[in-house]
Amino acid sequence: MPICDLAELVSLIPDGAKIAIPPSRSGVAMAATRAIIAAGARDLHLVAIPTSGIQADILIGAGCVATMESAGVTLDEFGQAPRFVNAVKSGEIRLMDSTCPAIMSALQAGEKGIPFMPMRGLIGSDLLTFRPDYRVIENPMAEGADPIVTLPAIVPDIALFHAPMADQNGNVWIGKMRELMTMAHAAKVTLVTVEKIFDGDLMADPLRAPATIPALYITKIAKAGNGAWPLGLEGVYDIDKKGFSTYAKAAKTSDGFADYLDFGTT
Amino acid sequence: MEYRPEELLIFTIAKLLENMREVAVGVSSPIPGSGALLAQALSGGKTGVTVLNSRTLQSLNDGASELFDRAAQGRIDAFFLSGGQIDGQANINLVGIGDYPRHKVRWSGSFGSAMLYFLVPRVILFREEHTRRTMVKRVDFISAPGVSEAGVYRPGGPSHLLTGLGLFSFDKARARFRLQSVHPGHSIEEILDNTGFDFDLPETLATTAEPAPELLRLLRTMVAKRIKDPYPEFARIWPD
Repeated sequence: MPICDLAELVSLIPDGAKIAIPPSRSGVAMAATRAIIAAGARDLHLVAIPTSGIQADILIGAGCVATMESAGVTLDEFGQAPRFVNAVKSGEIRLMDSTCPAIMSALQAGEKGIPFMPMRGLIGSDLLTFRPDYRVIENPMAEGADPIVTLPAIVPDIALFHAPMADQNGNVWIGKMRELMTMAHAAKVTLVTVEKIFDGDLMADPLRAPATIPALYITKIAKAGNGAWPLGLEGVYDIDKKGFSTYAKAAKTSDGFADYLDFGTT
Repeated sequence: MEYRPEELLIFTIAKLLENMREVAVGVSSPIPGSGALLAQALSGGKTGVTVLNSRTLQSLNDGASELFDRAAQGRIDAFFLSGGQIDGQANINLVGIGDYPRHKVRWSGSFGSAMLYFLVPRVILFREEHTRRTMVKRVDFISAPGVSEAGVYRPGGPSHLLTGLGLFSFDKARARFRLQSVHPGHSIEEILDNTGFDFDLPETLATTAEPAPELLRLLRTMVAKRIKDPYPEFARIWPD
């Protein structure tokens, strides 16, 4: 039975896990994030696919994160991600800075079960300088010299995201949020929260099936109404700007953030 | 006809996008987005526009990799990048000030710059703030380099730098900017005082062309209406 409660879902995330999380507009499991903090997770390696915002910021602020791998962490119109910035400056977290297409390509290598993916660009950037795992090789298909960067495959221990609905069989409907499909394909374990349980078989409907992650990639599902809050969920509800700005203001200081964790998360 | 400073920038961008087949605009870019939509209107719809994170101004449906795949295939002709710092070789820094990783000032990150800067033929650098803080001699961190060594695959790169004070063109062979025009109300002295890098001066100094009344009307009606979807706050500069 793939459906469980939120506490059981997050209990499947061991300390030190490499967790793939989606961008802020694409099914962020915020209710599960608060449950992870409540469970006291430690040493997580977050891989933003390919960017993150409030989710990474709140996990970093709560001391759950050892490594942040991303192409960007931002609260968008609400400014810089304050707990991320603070942790960078104090050296509390290890950074693996990258660029969006490199993370997407490396995740696709994980999906395909191949060791690396080549990608154009990056040569001459300081991203490459500080990513010894990104290596420049000569394009073996070229006639002459043609340096190209190779990116090691990203194989997340966990993919964690929020979706509009799942069915009793464990199929998860994601709409246009296709990066969630890639995440589920690449990860060893996929944990999903959903707004609602659909009465029927999502894979049986030819209109829904192409936008559905089949149950064979899904480990566990928990129902979490309004589970992306204060972020939005495309086609279901918009971002709660007031709720979001409460966080953005509180997180500017350590004390404000601590108060927010104590009182502001329910 | 009176116009706002943003409208001059939008009009200038639209002129730089003449004859483009496909223009893409990243996040947090209302002025480039409006410029692309104005260019599309002026092209009679021939110029395609993709505004990321918009519901109505893009038709991508294959997740976060699709735009980059299209750029790598050569399907995107023009894109916009910015920087917390931009230097005279057109290197851009979106990461931070000071020594990496424990920067004194840390920004969000490099996003797609380290690939798109290489692959999109016409990258327009856009940064409204033109000060010695933003226009520096040498960036502290290269998110994406302005030029590449011979032999590195690079069909794309910077074509222009547009700021709140003026417009520069970029000479890739010499890795230098040349001032192309100064915006009305500003001076070359002001630009020299506020630029941390060396650049070439034009033989005759031009003033950035002002938008004609019919273009302002187009901007304030058709473009204003369409940019509202991704950028409702910005669109308030044009009351209904």
